[in-house]
Amino acid sequence: MPVIRFTQEHEWIRVEDGLGTVGITDYAQQQLGDVVFVELPAVGMAVAKGDPAAVVESVKAASEVYAPVSGEVIAVNEGLADGPELVNAEPLDGGWFMKIRLSDESELAEMMDEEAYQAMLRSLG
Amino acid sequence: MSSEDAAAATRTPLYDLHVALGGRMVPFAGYALPVHYPLGILAEHLQARSKAVLFDVSHMGQVRIDGDAGAALETLVVADVTGLPAGKLKYTLLTNEAGGIIDDLMLTPSGTHVSLVVNASRKAVDIAHLQRHLPGHEVRLLDDLALLALQGPAAAAVLARFAPAVSLMMFMSSEILRIGDVRCTISRSGYTGEDGFEISCPAQEAPELARMLLAEPEVAPAGLGARDTLRLEAGLCLWGNDIDETTTPVEAALGWTIGKRRRQQGGFPGDETVLRQLFAGAERRRVGIRLEGRAPARAGTPIQNADGKPIGTVTSGGYAPSLAAPVAMGYVSIASAAPGTPVSLLVRGKNLAGEVVPLPFVPHRYVKHG
Repeated sequence: MPVIRFTQEHEWIRVEDGLGTVGITDYAQQQLGDVVFVELPAVGMAVAKGDPAAVVESVKAASEVYAPVSGEVIAVNEGLADGPELVNAEPLDGGWFMKIRLSDESELAEMMDEEAYQAMLRSLG
Repeated sequence: MSSEDAAAATRTPLYDLHVALGGRMVPFAGYALPVHYPLGILAEHLQARSKAVLFDVSHMGQVRIDGDAGAALETLVVADVTGLPAGKLKYTLLTNEAGGIIDDLMLTPSGTHVSLVVNASRKAVDIAHLQRHLPGHEVRLLDDLALLALQGPAAAAVLARFAPAVSLMMFMSSEILRIGDVRCTISRSGYTGEDGFEISCPAQEAPELARMLLAEPEVAPAGLGARDTLRLEAGLCLWGNDIDETTTPVEAALGWTIGKRRRQQGGFPGDETVLRQLFAGAERRRVGIRLEGRAPARAGTPIQNADGKPIGTVTSGGYAPSLAAPVAMGYVSIASAAPGTPVSLLVRGKNLAGEVVPLPFVPHRYVKHG
């Protein structure tokens, strides 16, 4: 069974067999508005939890996307190059950003599960 | 917007309507205004290019200068004011002694007074400046008025249903007309590159007027986000980004605002510098830049020439929805200002290739005759 976790910065990660798929949440894409460009990391790049790993540009502004876990980037979503609007349309699915091979699965324990994340969103009003 | 920002920001007469329409409210120049509605910036932008949108621009300063102030105003702005017939609009600039731009504004003379529409962020500065230099005239901020902008190719057809005379108006002209029972000052003008109207009316009448226009099938509400992308595509300046007190009209590629007689006679602040630049050229110039690829370059991005030498800075930049491509405006050294010049923009450590292009990015579609 995959494990889904969320960060305070509104990234999600779905982990199965030590491999995490990373994206931004529906709340995040709503806040950003229309996404027009996504800058993705190089495949093979090592990232530490909390490092800036990608940039998402909406019509209004550029925002950093942070690596939710430490590890190695082993794939990026090539479809975003020509279809950045996927981030708005399918934030939890077709609009994924990158896959990271986790170097320390214990980092997941510090992150929010869906229930905790939804509670945080409610507290943001 | 946070509750603190909301408390500090002034509400326009349309605030409740914005909230009811699902507008995402942000603070802008001290006002709470929608950056977009549920449709989103891209759709609002494209609606303005294909049909019509309604903006609340009540934050802008509507200023009235009483009396025959034309000649006195010419000591402060670059336009030929005395030669401007009553009811005609002129886009002009308040300059300082160095030839810098204190503000850009719309000016309309009438028989008994001159009306100005100035930037929200510059209201206080402009009014103090005008009062100091026009001691014989009363200068008043008309803060009991709202201002709506109906913009787009369908704007004239929509507005003519309520005020048939608007279809006879020329672009850059102004009339006092009734919409229903409400007396409005309507000008055919805007900040989008499209045909359109700006409607000044008493604040208390504005919500009903806005609801009436929004009920027309061609019209959607649009926010500050689309207003910015529309004006960027149209190559229009935003004070504080593309022009300020350190940029001259010639550097800003706004030399065309200086009337023929004013070029010969001067008589506005900074005239010596500005007229010299008009004749001999300035060292830098505002240009348009098209970028390869999809990554936008925002204000502040360094601009380099083909040799990697710094030549300027982006002052406005982003995604152009009508072109589905990034565009930027910025100042470059005059040697690199000709259309076709290759440039590169340094974004997050990467050089994005681009080329200087003529402005506007998207052709204006002003209606020259009613």
